[in-house]
Amino acid sequence: MHIDYLVRMANDIGAFFANEEDKKVAAASIRQHIHRYWDPRMRSRIIAYYNETGGGELEGPVRAAIQQLAEETAAKA
Amino acid sequence: MHALDFIDPGTPAVPEPAAGAVKQVTVEIDGFSVTVPDGTSIMRAASQLGNQIPKLCATSSLKAFGSCRLCLVEIEGRKGYPASCTTTVADGMKIRTQSEKLGQLRGNVLELYLSDHPSEAECCSSNNRCELHEMAAAAGVSESRYSLSGVDGIAAGRTHQHSSKDESNPYFVFNQDACIVCSRCVRACDEVQGTFALTIEGRGFDSKVSASQAESFLDSECVSCGACVEACPTTALTEKSVLSLGKAEQAIATTCAYCGVGCTFKAEMKGEQVIRMVPYREGHANHGHACVKGRFAYGYATHADRITKPMIRSKITDPWREVSWDEAINYAAAEFKRIQAKYGRDSVGGITSSRCTNEETFLVQKLVRAAFGNNNVDTCARVCHSPTGYGLKNTIGESAGTQEFDSVMQADVIMLIGANPTEGHPVFASQMKRRLRQGAKLIVIDPRQIKLVRTPHIEADYHLQLRPGTNVALMNSIAHVIVTEGLAHDEYITDRCEAQSWEKWQAFVSDPKNSPEAMEAITGVPAMAVRAAARLYGSAPNGAIYYGLGVTEHSQGTTMVMAIANLAMATGNLGRVGVGVNPLRGQNNVQGSCDMGSFPHEFSGYRHVSDDAVRATFESEWGVELDSEPGLRIPNMFEAALDGSFRALYIQGEDIAQSDPNTNHVTAALTAMECVVVQDLFLNESAKFAHVFFPGSSFLEKNGTFTNAERRIGRVRKVMQPLGGLEDWEATVRFSNALGYPMSYTHPSQIMDEIAALTPTFTGVSYEKLDKLGSIQWPCNEAAPDGTPTMHIGQFVRGKGKFFVTDYVPTREKTTSRFPLLLTTGRILTQYNVGAQTRRTLNVVWHDEDRLEIHPHDADVRGILEGDWVGIASRAGETVLRAQVTDRVQPGVVYTTFHFPESGANVVTTDNSDWATNCPEYKVTAVQVVKVNQPSEWQKRYHELTERNTRIRRDADVHV
Ligand code: SF4
Ligand code: SF4
Ligand code: FES
Repeated sequence: MHIDYLVRMANDIGAFFANEEDKKVAAASIRQHIHRYWDPRMRSRIIAYYNETGGGELEGPVRAAIQQLAEETAAKA
Repeated sequence: MHALDFIDPGTPAVPEPAAGAVKQVTVEIDGFSVTVPDGTSIMRAASQLGNQIPKLCATSSLKAFGSCRLCLVEIEGRKGYPASCTTTVADGMKIRTQSEKLGQLRGNVLELYLSDHPSEAECCSSNNRCELHEMAAAAGVSESRYSLSGVDGIAAGRTHQHSSKDESNPYFVFNQDACIVCSRCVRACDEVQGTFALTIEGRGFDSKVSASQAESFLDSECVSCGACVEACPTTALTEKSVLSLGKAEQAIATTCAYCGVGCTFKAEMKGEQVIRMVPYREGHANHGHACVKGRFAYGYATHADRITKPMIRSKITDPWREVSWDEAINYAAAEFKRIQAKYGRDSVGGITSSRCTNEETFLVQKLVRAAFGNNNVDTCARVCHSPTGYGLKNTIGESAGTQEFDSVMQADVIMLIGANPTEGHPVFASQMKRRLRQGAKLIVIDPRQIKLVRTPHIEADYHLQLRPGTNVALMNSIAHVIVTEGLAHDEYITDRCEAQSWEKWQAFVSDPKNSPEAMEAITGVPAMAVRAAARLYGSAPNGAIYYGLGVTEHSQGTTMVMAIANLAMATGNLGRVGVGVNPLRGQNNVQGSCDMGSFPHEFSGYRHVSDDAVRATFESEWGVELDSEPGLRIPNMFEAALDGSFRALYIQGEDIAQSDPNTNHVTAALTAMECVVVQDLFLNESAKFAHVFFPGSSFLEKNGTFTNAERRIGRVRKVMQPLGGLEDWEATVRFSNALGYPMSYTHPSQIMDEIAALTPTFTGVSYEKLDKLGSIQWPCNEAAPDGTPTMHIGQFVRGKGKFFVTDYVPTREKTTSRFPLLLTTGRILTQYNVGAQTRRTLNVVWHDEDRLEIHPHDADVRGILEGDWVGIASRAGETVLRAQVTDRVQPGVVYTTFHFPESGANVVTTDNSDWATNCPEYKVTAVQVVKVNQPSEWQKRYHELTERNTRIRRDADVHV
């Protein structure tokens, strides 16, 4: 799956939570949204992107959200 | 002529009051006593006793008029002979409906009418009934002693006979000869439809019914709803189908398969042939009204283009081969199994349809989850109302509109956002117009000047004509006014909403950056108008919000739905009759397909697949283990197809190649798949990329239910055998069996029983109860055995309502010097969605191509004249349409519909989408428009492809 497409989607989600002052809460909300609505292959693709590149194009708390997902996946493996 | 089996009580029922009960009155009619609500006419009271008083100018859908003088009665203690239609009952009244004198008076009236009316043989020529001849027969009047000569200076022998007929409307004829000038048609057009297209022109003998300014019906303002045809007591206005096919033998109640209003109809049948569709007066959504689509445009069901044989092919460039059902099903099942074995369990999926029944939709998602073993199921609501589900679920707790349609009759201020009901939801529009004529106020929020902004006897108080894509900015500025000017309903909020979320939200909207003045530069709407409109809504006793796809189909679609819910909560406008948040659903079963668990992340009743307890109930009922991870949504399926991880798709009753945005992208994805199964009435656009075709069944050919925009479940009843041999759900059952997951339903009622057993909001629903009640609004369960017209009474389904901060985030789709205009899309009355149905009816006389609406200023600078071919280019693609120069659109904005596939409107739309649901941003595309003199490259390829990919080789040996 095209990573640009997924990054754009993740950043769109992030934009909705941009107003949240507590960035931890924002990251948790973004993580939760992606966890609940993205099919596993989409999640593993964006996690792989994060692991490989550090997720430079993920804006603001979106990166922290994907980082959480990456850590959870690593813990499960 | 009204429905075959309808007994006309003559005048409307007394409306139920908002509060308390109406006083009951008892009277005696011909010696029988009857008790009726105060305000009831004598005529209606008599009808309740089975006594039909003769009448001509009265019918129960219209206010009593009192012009024909046929319904005279005698009242004890009163002089004269009052008309029973206009006289209301009074306690203790003693009424006589028959006497020698009354017989004489009625006889005279009838003879006068008959003197200028075609004979029974000419008029009622076996095909139709004429109330005048029925009345005359009942009264024993057979011929007229009158000649009109000498009356009022009328020349000898002069009559209205042999005047010309108006046959311009494709569906009905106006024959002036048979017209008795009772004005029932005129009043139907005014009172029922609200179009005011008809008048009585001239006076005395010269008076006649006239459409607009003495135009033909087709050229007039008439929208062909048919209300006048049904109201006409004679054969003056008659359906052409009745004239050509004869009289119906039986009437079967069913639900319209077009828009989300979900009108109830009686299909009047002669054997398996539909003679006509008559809206059902007892229908709770439509109360006996209909529109041109539902009433007249059913001819597609028997159109020659219907594909009635299953077909397969191994490559999409091969011609189709007609095969038996067994062969088609076994082929599809073998392909799906092969693909799953090779590419994994998650490499296949399905799409359910908002045009199919609840039962069919439920089965397809069950097939995906239980037989495919994954959650890759989605529905076309993805591309229209998915933000509604998400937004309303999170704020108030249920993914559905809060009211019933009738609630609008108690609204004081109606806020209409991004919806065009006169085109998209015509019968509800008629009801809304009725309320507006009674004095309710109207705020229209729309980039375009829709009809309701100004239409006969209605003018919107405010039209906030915003720039496309700035909904949230405008809504925040309205909320700003509500909160900062003290119009919020504090008590309600404290009582019913989460305090913390309110605090946060009110601080957010109060910020001066959200004021109308600050937002004016973004929205283009004058701050004064925003303030005034906000005050109007905020101070209304009952404020009701209605919205459509102009809200949802944006990158901030979900944010906007939340903003709407925020506003309704802040003003206390939820939880009673007359208020609410009401999404107007596009297609007939959008609500139903969502309810039935068509989304990849949730089971029926909107419960997430990761919920172990919920999943366990499905696992035990279905006898398989189910996946706890969400599946792919439609746009994700396309992406996955392009990367090779998604290879097979079963599409029931949808046409994603036409309806989904960025056509080039969609067709590339479809082409990349190894097995696409399309189940449809016609070889639609998506079928050009399919390997298996299952012939679909129309709504006339199957049993089931649809759920309309007000959560109303209505029965669809089979009136003819499926042309392809199977109802759609039967094909799904056989597909599932071939895949090795057994299904054994023999009737859709069994599927509904399973839905009821598995879905808390449906536990009380059964076909038996639907037959008894006519229709049911879910939730229907122990707490609400007869259903729930108004939701969130006392408290929100969620418990406490939750406010969400809704920051305005501009869309990525920006105008530039290369793409300086914004394209937005919409609907028109006579066509429906992708047009597959309506394009195959006579409705094309009103709309036979999609046009590009462009403001005179923008047209002028580009040298574009009305009717010119223009190229429309966006970042995604390019197409060509003819221009319509109009100031309905604002400068900088162009608009089109997408009813014709060759228009390629979606070649231009982009794959930007809503952040929460991936609902595409159809409503905003940056484009350039230039004058051209040939079709676009895409259109040329389109025609080649149509030629190549739709060939059928009809030589197969076929057994079903
Ligand atoms: S068909 Fe409908 S709109 Fe047309 S004249 Fe009759 S009532 Fe009016
Ligand atoms: S299309 Fe809609 S308004 Fe028209 S008859 Fe059907 S359900 Fe009613
Ligand atoms: S029916 Fe009462 S006056 Fe015509």
